[in-house]
Amino acid sequence: MSRETVVNFILAALLLAVPLLANAVGQPFYITLATRIAILALAATGLNLALGLGGLVSFGHAAFFGIGGYAAGILATHGFSGEPLVFGLSGTNQMLVIWIVAAVTAGLAGLAIGAISLRTSGVYFIMITLAFAQMVYYFAVSWPAYGGEDGLSILVRNQFPGVSTMRPLSFFLICYVVLLAAIGLFALIRASRFGSALQAARQNPVRVATVGIRPFRIRLTAFAISAMMTALAGALFADLNRFVSPSMLSWHMSGELIVLIILGGTGRLFGPLAGAALYVIIEYALGGITERWQFFLGLILLGVVLFARGGLLGFIAGKARHG
Amino acid sequence: MLLEVNDIATYYGSSQALFGVDLALDEGEVLALMGRNGMGKSTTIRSICNLNPPRSGTISFAGTSTSRQPAFRVARRGIGLVPEGRRCFATLTVYENLIAAARPGRWTLERVNELFPRLGERRNQLSQTLSGGEQQMLAIGRALMTNPRLLILDEATEGLAPVIRQDIWRAIRALKSDGLSILLVDKTLSELLPVADRCVILENGRSVWSGEPAAIDDAVKDRYLGI
Repeated sequence: MSRETVVNFILAALLLAVPLLANAVGQPFYITLATRIAILALAATGLNLALGLGGLVSFGHAAFFGIGGYAAGILATHGFSGEPLVFGLSGTNQMLVIWIVAAVTAGLAGLAIGAISLRTSGVYFIMITLAFAQMVYYFAVSWPAYGGEDGLSILVRNQFPGVSTMRPLSFFLICYVVLLAAIGLFALIRASRFGSALQAARQNPVRVATVGIRPFRIRLTAFAISAMMTALAGALFADLNRFVSPSMLSWHMSGELIVLIILGGTGRLFGPLAGAALYVIIEYALGGITERWQFFLGLILLGVVLFARGGLLGFIAGKARHG
Repeated sequence: MLLEVNDIATYYGSSQALFGVDLALDEGEVLALMGRNGMGKSTTIRSICNLNPPRSGTISFAGTSTSRQPAFRVARRGIGLVPEGRRCFATLTVYENLIAAARPGRWTLERVNELFPRLGERRNQLSQTLSGGEQQMLAIGRALMTNPRLLILDEATEGLAPVIRQDIWRAIRALKSDGLSILLVDKTLSELLPVADRCVILENGRSVWSGEPAAIDDAVKDRYLGI
């Protein structure tokens, strides 16, 4: 077993152990903190597929995170009020339905945004993904039916069959299982022919064409799957806070997701989880001391970029296998 | 004919590299493309693969024109390229390099490993950590995994140790006896000529001589190959 695998197991075990312990000693705040880590790690795992494996530096993944959040918020609002949504369809408070709607909507948005953005590369790709995310952001801000700038409250957390989602530990466990499933899917994709072709296209799109691979289609598929995973995280994030606002769609959020991946280790299986844990712990620990905790986060990020290019996982587990 | 190249002219930007290249290759044939450095051999190969599409002239593969087809489609139609300088996907393992390119057909992972047992031994090793010879085997294996009807080898033995070169030539001869069509560029005439069925010589971006290897006498070598 490689050192990275051991570290991965420890990370997964720690993320599970902390809320269980917090629940035992009656400290629900730490369960919420761990839930936040799991959800951000899920969103970053989605981005890691595009960025880490495909080399696609998307600065617009907040769009998918927000789409997931608004899917949860809008469906829950209509489910609660009983008002039909569109074409006579009603809302719902069932998480499973919400997740499907969130993932499908974001997948379609990912296909549309990717189909245009992936015709560019480098800084143009970064800018065009940012532009699309900002378009979605301003659309949400100017949409009064769903709260506009003020956002949208979800009065009661959505339901999951057989689980009391209002219990912090139960909701954490849902997020934890979804995160592990997403990491498992990431591992499967990375080990597949598709994953190899995606990584090959990242290294040299011309060279992959000479072996019959069409880089555009491979990347577009990866971008859409990546969008779906991030949207799922957005739907869970909305349920965690019982609130959705345009801030989920803002470029700060896109930047945050990139920061999580860089902190944890680009392209690595548990990089997003390591990054999200580090980010939330820094936010919590330093946020209690100073309001300008981002300054110190910036210093840490600088240190990682300069001295530990493999992120936290690279620092602990050695040189990156991928990326 | 499997491949027919008629009077192609290819440019890099505004600078013309090919001024009229003709060549033809039949199914199961090995064609050696020869000429001194800078005469247009690699550009001809890039043109055939549509990496640098010619501005004029025609290229047809298996009876259909390849013009206006993107490079990946030309590759899918059955042209497998082993590019100069090997160019494996550095951060992928041997296995990942091979499966990334795989298309259904006679060539499978097992068959490639039979041809180059070392690739099987190094299955989980990153390709950037392989020796030059092993990388070359991987580049050939990767092209074979696309199950090509035509394999193009551009300087496949360049810069390799003599003992490794022998392995590569042995593999090329095995591919020939298996009936694979091959377009070959190489400087080692002592190995190239016995394996080739026909030769085409380029000079200054033009095909200037074609014939059987036996017809390459000292005068031809002196005139076109600088030997």
